[in-house]
Amino acid sequence: MIPIILIKGAMIGAVYASLAVGFSLVFGVAKIINLAHTAFFMLAAYAMYVLVMVYRWPVSAAVGLLLIGMSILAVLVYLLFLDRIREHEGAVILVTVALGIAIQEILLLIFKSSFLAVAPFVHGIVELFGVTVPKQELLIFVVTMACLAAVLLFLNRTRLGLALRVTAQDRETANLMGINVKWVCLVSVVMAVVLAAVAGIVVSPTLTVEPYMWAHPLVMMFAAVILGGLGSLKGSFIGAFILGYTEVLVVFLIPAGSFIKGSVAMLIMVLILLVRPEGLYGVIFEEERL
Amino acid sequence: MRFIRRQFRRIGQEILAIPGRAIAFVFLISMFLVPLATSDPYIMKVLIFMNIFAIYAASWDVLGGFTGQFCMGHGAFFGVAAYTSGILNLKLGLPVWACIPGGAVMSILAGMLIAVPSLRLRGVYFALVSLAFPIILTGILFAFPDATGGEMGLTGIEVVTRNKVSLYYITLAVMIFCVLTMWKLTDARSKIFRLGIVLLAIHEDEVSARCVGVNTIRYKLLAFSISAFFAGVAGGLYVHVLRIAGPSNLDLMWSFNPIIWTAFGGMGTVAGSVVGVFILYPAMELLRFVPHLRMLIYAGVIIAVIMLMPEGIVHWVRDKLEKDCPRCKLVNSAWRRDCRACGVPLRVKMKTDPSPDRKATTLSEEVA
Repeated sequence: MIPIILIKGAMIGAVYASLAVGFSLVFGVAKIINLAHTAFFMLAAYAMYVLVMVYRWPVSAAVGLLLIGMSILAVLVYLLFLDRIREHEGAVILVTVALGIAIQEILLLIFKSSFLAVAPFVHGIVELFGVTVPKQELLIFVVTMACLAAVLLFLNRTRLGLALRVTAQDRETANLMGINVKWVCLVSVVMAVVLAAVAGIVVSPTLTVEPYMWAHPLVMMFAAVILGGLGSLKGSFIGAFILGYTEVLVVFLIPAGSFIKGSVAMLIMVLILLVRPEGLYGVIFEEERL
Repeated sequence: MRFIRRQFRRIGQEILAIPGRAIAFVFLISMFLVPLATSDPYIMKVLIFMNIFAIYAASWDVLGGFTGQFCMGHGAFFGVAAYTSGILNLKLGLPVWACIPGGAVMSILAGMLIAVPSLRLRGVYFALVSLAFPIILTGILFAFPDATGGEMGLTGIEVVTRNKVSLYYITLAVMIFCVLTMWKLTDARSKIFRLGIVLLAIHEDEVSARCVGVNTIRYKLLAFSISAFFAGVAGGLYVHVLRIAGPSNLDLMWSFNPIIWTAFGGMGTVAGSVVGVFILYPAMELLRFVPHLRMLIYAGVIIAVIMLMPEGIVHWVRDKLEKDCPRCKLVNSAWRRDCRACGVPLRVKMKTDPSPDRKATTLSEEVA
């Protein structure tokens, strides 16, 4: 019982972590609340279905094309919609919600509301602590963790990463120091969308692909980001794993109540916020303190 | 007699002279006359829902537009009231006119609960946290299927009245009463209530509001309870018109809809949310002719409107039609030449050749 909970929770937590870290990155750098974030995750899963199951492409070629396509899409979305209204929080929230709905409706039009499935990329199982784990689930964990490690390295070891961190700290000063803030925000949006796409690609074989699959991860991602503290990547990472384990615990301990897994996760988030309003790793800025 | 004459004069001076108010006045009168033109049950039903959702959207505006608490879980208030009202009616057999206030009071209690974290969180943080409350409530609903009907919801709730036309007049009267109350309560220029200006101050800068001695916690709680109360009235009415309360009243779109309506009409004006509902809701009904494209078109319209008119329709129209007097700050229609109270010319022609230093001194004097 305990090993299987540990392993399943790690897998789900890893997916939420790659979504939450991307969201947190965009919020931290560009101050954009992207509610369409998991719609890109869903789009990647659908694209994977089309390329691999319908056109019978090899997985590696499909992944390559998809990552390039999603990056271009991210650039377009940023330049067409987000860049002009970046300063108005309410407008950003509404436009990104509308974008998510638009993506959902387009997918509904094309694929109807049928449940689709993608074949696993790797077959076979491994024995871990007496639990049989499909290799696909192991792949999810390894790939998402590798991507997050790459993001961390990028942020800490490159000049562009430094620019991102500087912009996150203080936009005006960064602008004065000669950093092209618009370009930096664009980079952060593209990175987040690629992270979401990677999560969507590796998860697609284990989920049923359907047009409403973005809602649950969206809510869980929010909860993870807020739990960890808005704008803190470390916090989002840890929050995602807390919520992943919560979800798995609810599913395993109360099998009849698995439909309330979202509610329990939200309740935990609110309870933690009552004790620590700034989240686990959040910082309260001087002008924000009450 | 004198009283009536004075009222007529007030209508002439304070309503018809200001284009925005004149439009609202004509709109109100025509709302009362609609059943004379048609009593088609479908149209009546659409109009009834428009009235109910106007209350709902305006209640969001009090919280989101005026106080700046961008609540993304407003469906929680609506849902609590809808379910409370339904349960009171079905399980306790209370009459409709006891159920709706009961639901609204319960909604105030829910508002107080939701306000607790909001007192410590701000801005975007609160927006994202408030998203959680409808989801938690859905979990509670599913956990007690005996009382709430679980996934099926409550059915067979008593209807307010079977006659569609009288139902329309009832909802219209309630809508006008609620919207006017909210409008008066949040009016920042009001000489009776302080509430409007304080809420705007909290919206602009909460720390400064505290610094000048406003008990922001008390005012935020007040805003939450006003908003929750009116959302609850809308929820109770809705449930007693549709006769069904279901978990769909708590889903994500139900909470986003009032935000979309209000943003479309114009935030921070109660009138804006009414305008938003009265344009977008019938538009959505028309789109039922193309059911596949309905939501897609809706999403497209939202994006287009926010990109083109980020302030909303009401602000846009008001900028075109109205002009404040530079001296006495009275609102005038934009086509007047001079102010209707103090006679100051509204449009000043710039002289072609003012000497530069003199202009500078007068400017600085004005600033001083």
